[in-house]
Amino acid sequence: MNDFIPAFEWQRVMVEPWAENLSTTFWIVLMGFLITAACGLIGNYLILRRMALVGDAISHSVLPGLAIAFLLSHSLNTVPMFIGALGAGIVTTVMIELIHKKTRVKQDSAIGITFSTLFAIGVILISFGQTDAVDLDTECVLYGEIAFVPLDLVKTELGPGMLSVVEKIPGLNSELFLDGNMLTIAPPSVIRMAVVTGVTLLLILVFYKELLVTSFDSGLSSSLGINATVVHYALMGMLSVIIVSAFEAVGAILVIAMLILPGATSSLLAYRLPTMFGITVVHALLSAVGGIHLATWLNCSPAGAMVVAGSALFALAWIFSPSQGLLLRWFGRELDKLDEEEIERLVKGT
Amino acid sequence: MTDSPATNGEDIPLEIHDLTAGYYKKPVLWGIDLQVPKGKLVGIVGPNGAGKSTLIKAIMGLVPPSSGWVKIFGKPYQENRRRVGYVPQRESVDWDFPVTVMDVVMMGRYGHIGWFKRPKKADREIARDCLDKVKMLPFAKRQISNLSGGQQQRVFLARALAQESDIYFMDEPFAGVDAATETAIIALLHELREKGKTLLVVHHDLPTARNYFDQLLLLNMRVVAYGETEEVFTYELLQKTYGGRLTILSEVADAVGQRAK
Repeated sequence: MNDFIPAFEWQRVMVEPWAENLSTTFWIVLMGFLITAACGLIGNYLILRRMALVGDAISHSVLPGLAIAFLLSHSLNTVPMFIGALGAGIVTTVMIELIHKKTRVKQDSAIGITFSTLFAIGVILISFGQTDAVDLDTECVLYGEIAFVPLDLVKTELGPGMLSVVEKIPGLNSELFLDGNMLTIAPPSVIRMAVVTGVTLLLILVFYKELLVTSFDSGLSSSLGINATVVHYALMGMLSVIIVSAFEAVGAILVIAMLILPGATSSLLAYRLPTMFGITVVHALLSAVGGIHLATWLNCSPAGAMVVAGSALFALAWIFSPSQGLLLRWFGRELDKLDEEEIERLVKGT
Repeated sequence: MTDSPATNGEDIPLEIHDLTAGYYKKPVLWGIDLQVPKGKLVGIVGPNGAGKSTLIKAIMGLVPPSSGWVKIFGKPYQENRRRVGYVPQRESVDWDFPVTVMDVVMMGRYGHIGWFKRPKKADREIARDCLDKVKMLPFAKRQISNLSGGQQQRVFLARALAQESDIYFMDEPFAGVDAATETAIIALLHELREKGKTLLVVHHDLPTARNYFDQLLLLNMRVVAYGETEEVFTYELLQKTYGGRLTILSEVADAVGQRAK
């Protein structure tokens, strides 16, 4: 190969990450998977509601919320950060609505104005915060660093009794979790992301009907007493929390890709919402694993590589989709092969 | 058109008093007074922009009224939601949405199922029955983007049937459907009326309006006329409703001509 692209050595790229750097690889992949799954699940709704741009907006406009929470609490603790993000997400949504409804400015412009303004305010606020002992910098917020995730592991010391119990559990008795009598639980950011992903999944299951009917037919949902506006704000609030918990690892820019790619891929492959969710989760897993190998091969940022892997999966879905794939269009049915029912449908028009 | 509020409105499906409503900065409906008796099939006709859809939406609180009130069986809409079925305009939803025909019909049950809960077997059976009534049961597992316009409308009707309501509001159910579906829909509407349901249907085709409906509401921002079809379907009232719109007027002349035969 040349200087830019290292040679693809099977042993180094595919085996070593799992054999020799298991702990690092495992936590990075798990974090990448959890982020992409949570973003992808909520991203399905963004895509179906044609709100992909709003996801983009909120990923930037949570910044002032974070900065304010940081300045007030002087910490990067989870609770103030979530409250800050939630507040910023709601403010963003309200601002977009206000500008769009109360002026002649169209919705896309309203989104542009809102998120750039809030982001700029966030940048100013962050520069105030840099005098503090704890640092919150723009670099970290914009790009994140998933490679740092495994550096901070929560460990707990086990007594002899507990140790013998834990040693009998097959999955736990490995160098990944057990080091002498120290049990590794997980990096705190992974624990937080796991909780957020779990809650996202739970909320989607519990409010499946409400999310479905407000997304598909807001007229019917309102007539049934399911307030589309309330559901909209709840969705935006959840989105803000997911984005902020993903920040540290992937930053504000790559998180947009993770919001849109899994849903876009699954919409090419599935025609029912539950199937879309399933494909979203598989997409998340494949892009996290694919990303870590790509990153090892090219010696690059794992988060960036995960997004590139996700994009590659989207391209594959586009080519091979059974209903609308490129292959189908090029080699599949031609007009004379359409079945009669289809022709009848075309003649009748939609 | 009567102004006397009933002492007990329980048996009056729809009563509207002095309703004014509209979108931001632009009122569309002015001082609507209306009292619709039970078991009637009522057509709402009027020119484009007359506020036909807005009237339906205002009744259901989807467009906030700036004055006046609406009562459904003697109570505010919010308290009697379950007795109301709604068929929005077919174009108001995205037919590429990843749901099957069955999923859409099941949405009609959501008002009965309530928050947090999942559809039960009984709900599924009702949904199947309703699909069968509109002859769409074989399509239950199809994705909705594979449907023709007429089939889409039947699915919407099945969903409304699944709501098991006492009063129905339908927004242009005949728009862009084939002749067979139009006949099927009108048969279904008559069947519902025989069961004592009250139906208000927005309609844009004057010649058929005369044959389809028991009563007509001629609307052009205000109520121009409301009453039995044979009393209201006159050249003078239709002209008053449609103003000087020539193409419509010739249609009206045709329609009235047919009636004179």
